[in-house]
Amino acid sequence: MDEKRDTRFLLTRRAVLETATATAGLCAALPQVALGAGPVDAETVSAPVTVELQINGQPRVLNLDPRTTLLDALREHLALTGTKKGCDHGQCGACTVLLDGRRINSCLTLAAMHDGQPITTVEGLADGEILHPMQAAFVAHDGFQCGYCTAGQICSAVGMLDESRLGMPSYVTENLALARTDLTEAEIRERMSGNICRCAAYPNIVAAIRQAAGDPA
Amino acid sequence: MKAFAYDRASSAVHAAAASARPGAKLIAGGTNLLDLMKLQVETPTELIDINRLPLDKIEDTADGGLRIGATVRNSDLAADRRVRERYGVLSRALLAGASAQLRNRATTGGNLLQRTRCSYFYDVTKPCNKRNPGSGCAALDGFNRMHAVLGASDQCIAANPSDMAVALRVLDANVETVNAEGEVRFIPIAEFHRLPGRTPEIDTMLKAGEIITAVTLPPPPPGVQIYRKVRDRASYAFALVSVAAVVDLSVGGIRSARLAFGGLAAKPWRVPHAEERLVGASAEAKTFDAVATAVLDGARGYGSNDFKIPLTRRTLRAVLMQAARI
Repeated sequence: MDEKRDTRFLLTRRAVLETATATAGLCAALPQVALGAGPVDAETVSAPVTVELQINGQPRVLNLDPRTTLLDALREHLALTGTKKGCDHGQCGACTVLLDGRRINSCLTLAAMHDGQPITTVEGLADGEILHPMQAAFVAHDGFQCGYCTAGQICSAVGMLDESRLGMPSYVTENLALARTDLTEAEIRERMSGNICRCAAYPNIVAAIRQAAGDPA
Repeated sequence: MKAFAYDRASSAVHAAAASARPGAKLIAGGTNLLDLMKLQVETPTELIDINRLPLDKIEDTADGGLRIGATVRNSDLAADRRVRERYGVLSRALLAGASAQLRNRATTGGNLLQRTRCSYFYDVTKPCNKRNPGSGCAALDGFNRMHAVLGASDQCIAANPSDMAVALRVLDANVETVNAEGEVRFIPIAEFHRLPGRTPEIDTMLKAGEIITAVTLPPPPPGVQIYRKVRDRASYAFALVSVAAVVDLSVGGIRSARLAFGGLAAKPWRVPHAEERLVGASAEAKTFDAVATAVLDGARGYGSNDFKIPLTRRTLRAVLMQAARI
């Protein structure tokens, strides 16, 4: 095989996903045409909604089926595949993004509910080529194995540090009256319990967060 | 997910009127509703978004209590200075529930309206009287480790999963509602959730077209406030048993005590005559065991959840010993 010729056919993962999305969209449109206005079809019509999301500082206007979760809007409509779909039921945290600076599960909210609101995904954390301190800390401490949960872990950890700086308590905070709580290992583990790592890279994730906590973002 | 029309409410009264339409549901945090919609346990044809209504304030009330708006997020309520200083049991209960991401979205009103986590309720291929009235209850002879041991019926043994509601119960909160006519009413938290009886599909006393606008707290009762939750892992799991307690001790003994329990029934469980046994009593193990016996009067296990009865007894004893610093 000619290696030079082969490279012309190399596709990025993103381009493959975009093609797949377009194809899936075409397939989804077909049954409606085929079924016509039968009773099943009448039940399944959703009037589309127009939503402007402020994604990583950029306004993005989307015309969406109202069923579209924020997660699917990011991945399937904006090709921002850094945010991962794990369980799709709010149990694993892989889909964590920052809504107006606060961490949420993007799988359990509708894109239509966030018209005009700022959303930060893992793609929006770095400053050009300079990694966000939390990203750099995860690299430095090897805070992952397979990497599937990592975007969610990092977004969650960034949101968690802000919550901590604002003095928000956790379940393991001994004295609720204190305005600030030290981010001990127990505090970090409790505050990060919404992010599951199936590879169990937890010791290194905690070490990365401890480093970033002492390193102003 | 079944298709639905999406709309934003312009006022609480508008939302109440819209919610009365067949197939309509309100959405705020959505952390429970969207989960159930993905599984087609819930199939609303219309969603009314109330997130932009001005229901997100925590205000002092004239009587020295608090009024918590229906869309105040669980994380904001738990972190509120007044709640942390005066209603610590509520802050603790909120922080014991779900994950930080979920608490950042989940609301006060939504928490009260969350459905049971019974696995048969979640599985549309299984009989469930709560999801599909008349179809039967697969939990009675099934995997019922998480289920109720008090107040259940032969139609349904589901347990209420809320931690927040247990704290509200011990604090004697009221649920403020409005209907399509603009009429406001206050439902005592003791009456808000229903036991299953023969109609397990109805979780609460809310009427059609009536929506939650706030939860009000009376001034905090005297005494130390404790929330203790026992679960399968250290964080991010529903309660097997939880105890919310407010205990006022004097040198001579116990002046007053309030106890509410989670994980035991379709509503937060409270037994006034059990609490009365503590008044004037000395803080000792014998007293605590008698109280536990009174709390668990009528308790019944269904096989896999039999352990909840002794677990409740031991958890209550631990909480009362903590309160009495024994």
